[in-house]
Amino acid sequence: MTTITDELPERHAMGKSMKRKEDPRLIRGKGNYLDDIVLPHMLYLALVHSPYPHARIKKIDKTAALASPGVKAVITGEDLVAAKLGWLPTFHSLDQQMVLAIGKALYQYQEVAGVIATSRKAAIDAVELVDVEYEPLDPVVSPFDAIKDKILVREDREAKTNHIYHWQVGDKDKTEAELAKSDVRIKERILSPRCHPAPLEPCGAIADMNRATGRLTVHLTSQAPHVHRTAFSIVTGIPEDKIHIISPDIGGGFGNKVPVYPGYVVATVASVILGVPVKWVETRTENLTCTGFARDYHMDVEIGATKAGKVTALKVSTVADHGAFDAVADPTKYPAGMFGIVTGSYVFPTAFAEVDAYFTNKAPGGVAYRCSFRVTEASYAIERAMNILAQKLGLDQVELRRMNFIQKDQFPYPSPLGFVYDSGDYEMTMDKALGIIGYKDLLREQAEKRARGEYMGIGISTFTEIVGAGPGKNFDILGIKMFDSAEIRIHPTGSGIVRAGTRHQGQGHETTWAQIVAEELGLDPQELLVEEGDTDTAPYGLGTYASRSTPVAGAALALASRKIRDKARKIAAHLLEASEDDVQWQDYKFSLKGVPGKSVTMKEVAFAAYTNPPPDTEPGLEATYYYDPPNLTFPYGTYIAVVEVDAETGAVQVRRFLAVDDCGTIINPMIVQGQVHGGLAEGFAIAFMQEIKYDDEGNNLNTDFTEYLIPTALETPNWETAHTVTPSPHHPIGAKGVGESPTVGSPQAFTNAVIDALSPLGITHIDVPLTREKVWRAIREAQAK
Amino acid sequence: MKITVTVNGTPYERDVEARTLLAYFLREDCGLTGTHVGCDTSHCGCCVVLLDGDRAVKSCTMFAVMADGHEITTVEGLEVGGKLHPLQQAFWDQHGLQCGYCTPGMLMTCTALLKHNPDPTEHEIREGISGNLCRCTGYNNIVKAVQQAARVSAEAKTEVPA
Repeated sequence: MTTITDELPERHAMGKSMKRKEDPRLIRGKGNYLDDIVLPHMLYLALVHSPYPHARIKKIDKTAALASPGVKAVITGEDLVAAKLGWLPTFHSLDQQMVLAIGKALYQYQEVAGVIATSRKAAIDAVELVDVEYEPLDPVVSPFDAIKDKILVREDREAKTNHIYHWQVGDKDKTEAELAKSDVRIKERILSPRCHPAPLEPCGAIADMNRATGRLTVHLTSQAPHVHRTAFSIVTGIPEDKIHIISPDIGGGFGNKVPVYPGYVVATVASVILGVPVKWVETRTENLTCTGFARDYHMDVEIGATKAGKVTALKVSTVADHGAFDAVADPTKYPAGMFGIVTGSYVFPTAFAEVDAYFTNKAPGGVAYRCSFRVTEASYAIERAMNILAQKLGLDQVELRRMNFIQKDQFPYPSPLGFVYDSGDYEMTMDKALGIIGYKDLLREQAEKRARGEYMGIGISTFTEIVGAGPGKNFDILGIKMFDSAEIRIHPTGSGIVRAGTRHQGQGHETTWAQIVAEELGLDPQELLVEEGDTDTAPYGLGTYASRSTPVAGAALALASRKIRDKARKIAAHLLEASEDDVQWQDYKFSLKGVPGKSVTMKEVAFAAYTNPPPDTEPGLEATYYYDPPNLTFPYGTYIAVVEVDAETGAVQVRRFLAVDDCGTIINPMIVQGQVHGGLAEGFAIAFMQEIKYDDEGNNLNTDFTEYLIPTALETPNWETAHTVTPSPHHPIGAKGVGESPTVGSPQAFTNAVIDALSPLGITHIDVPLTREKVWRAIREAQAK
Repeated sequence: MKITVTVNGTPYERDVEARTLLAYFLREDCGLTGTHVGCDTSHCGCCVVLLDGDRAVKSCTMFAVMADGHEITTVEGLEVGGKLHPLQQAFWDQHGLQCGYCTPGMLMTCTALLKHNPDPTEHEIREGISGNLCRCTGYNNIVKAVQQAARVSAEAKTEVPA
């Protein structure tokens, strides 16, 4: 295992902060986002939503809406059932989801009907005229009430219970025995609250059924256009060759644009019925109330340890609130995603994790808000629990971690919950972070402040992620293995086109994919056009989420490039009038071994591939590669937050935040740093302000950006970043993926810092978001004791 | 209602419903889709444009009819004579954008900010753009971009062109 801690080696195209190729259009306002697309004769869809969290639908009267100016159709759940499109399979196949409410509305804001009209305004006007008669029912809001099965959310299912599944991993008996006999034991219920990815561009679709060709084109805000094509084919029965998905520029995804939503299906049905394009773009309220919530894991975490602080066992029992449908976007065999990463960066001799999921009268979802499946929840649980343990033992949070880290010579490390970590040097990365932040000085300062009665906190998170889903033997969505793909065509003059099965939403693939291929082939990254998102032209791939693009498609790009290089070597030998064995790839060109100065460039080879190929060789220079990864990748990092808490007001000021990431080989340092900055801001939001809350009656209390807060530049801290590089041994270029590390790793650093500040008061845990009110109340309660 | 709004120097005479928001007038009646809509409640700032050269306004909070007879500058009007505005150049140089959805509004707010305060401190920049949300960048690089544009504009010793 190579460990490079400082400067990256000089390379042709990789490792350079190349400016982004996508920016020239975006800074000019010439991006092409979904709502920018206008097609001839296009109609607009607006949706009718249930005002009740749980209600029987007695009658839907379309008369007034149909009579409204410009209205072309009104579609209800019953209409869809008649067309055999009433239900939609969910991604991991344990459930199905109503497209529009059938018989009962199961959550507030559930889609009940669709109005299609000649303009956006006409459709919205007529939504008010759809007369729905409801009979309100008592809702079940808390998953802990759902357990009691007094109110049944889903009457349509055979099993008359709100319990969806039980999942477990690890050795329960051994773990419980070890916990029972451990010197020290901590137990805490830790909530990873329901929140929402809320990209600034909402979700939307334009369905365009062409009756002349029989082809359905769907412009879609999609992070996974190829899987969506397959899903559309399965749902509608339209053959897959007759479906064309185009995912245009996407204004942020963060997991929100992975699922298939009712609006997409209704727009498609409307276009099929009416024979013209139909556009649906959700409002911000629809976004926050209907599509793709994340998290909602209530985790009971127990750790056993020796007096000295060596951990002996970990048990985590989780109650998961999935809302009205089990619409989580997890791989088939992993209903709780990669929650098994909950042992984190530490050596637990034994561990056990279980998840029980329940239906409630809330919106469905369970998408990963900028994280690999359920990794944020797991990472939050273990990093928070380690600090609770440190507090109980009276040990420094850093020293407890150092004592329990997986050591660098233990990799590949098989965890007790079934994953094999690829590489890491946790101590090195943590020490780098401690050095940069000046940990010893901070501790001294904190001691002085505590003596003065001031509340300063230092919080550390030494997280390990699990990304790059995933090996086909274990990972699939709708049965499709989670490979990804690349196709590269080099033109005669040495420029080229690069296509991948992924779909970026701001991650910069148009730049970094060109850098990977340019590095492998010695070509100019500026002359490699990258295209993604069009299912007619791009090779099939599983898409961009769960930090899988670089680990999976990035590998496919490197290996497709190497296929091209293999063919190019033959052509080079022909040009050099030598045997292939005498030709070497060195310094980004082909040269004759032992003959200095005798070489040909890839550009010259490309030209020859079309003008002068060797007699026994196919003309042209292109390759396709479908990459099935042998393992997942395990990026990690050390994050440190320094905060000051005002005990009078509960206000938390984040003084400093340092992120030292190790994502393996870095393709573009500028883009990696940008990904980290952005993810940290989202982690900051989760720690301090974001939660989708419901009242006891099931009303959603966070229906727009007044109540669901997005941090502004003013309160967002100035981010400090650094990195170490521990390449993934099984990835062709050693890259691990980085987009989600900061969201996964940072919330617990903030929480640990706030709790550290308040530890003199005996406070050991407060659930996020750490609003002023919650912090203030916790301080008051502690002071009253 | 018949209105005439001059957008990026070109007069657009259109017949609009009184309830048409300026954002949708620009996008749908003028075909200028650089101005985005992100929240419907005037929080996100994706729709910011300049009114009469130097006032940053959220175009989802203004009716199109209120702009009758006024001049509007959108992101499409920033580049002059094939030369990027110093802010556009700086956002590109400093990696001040990722998905690009907030970028047009952010650029227009920053344009107004530098017009009123050509040499802002970091705090003034952060305060100045606090009506514009960004989900991707974490703001560090946007702040740096504004600082670069301010520096470049000062070096050019010219007023930041609108």
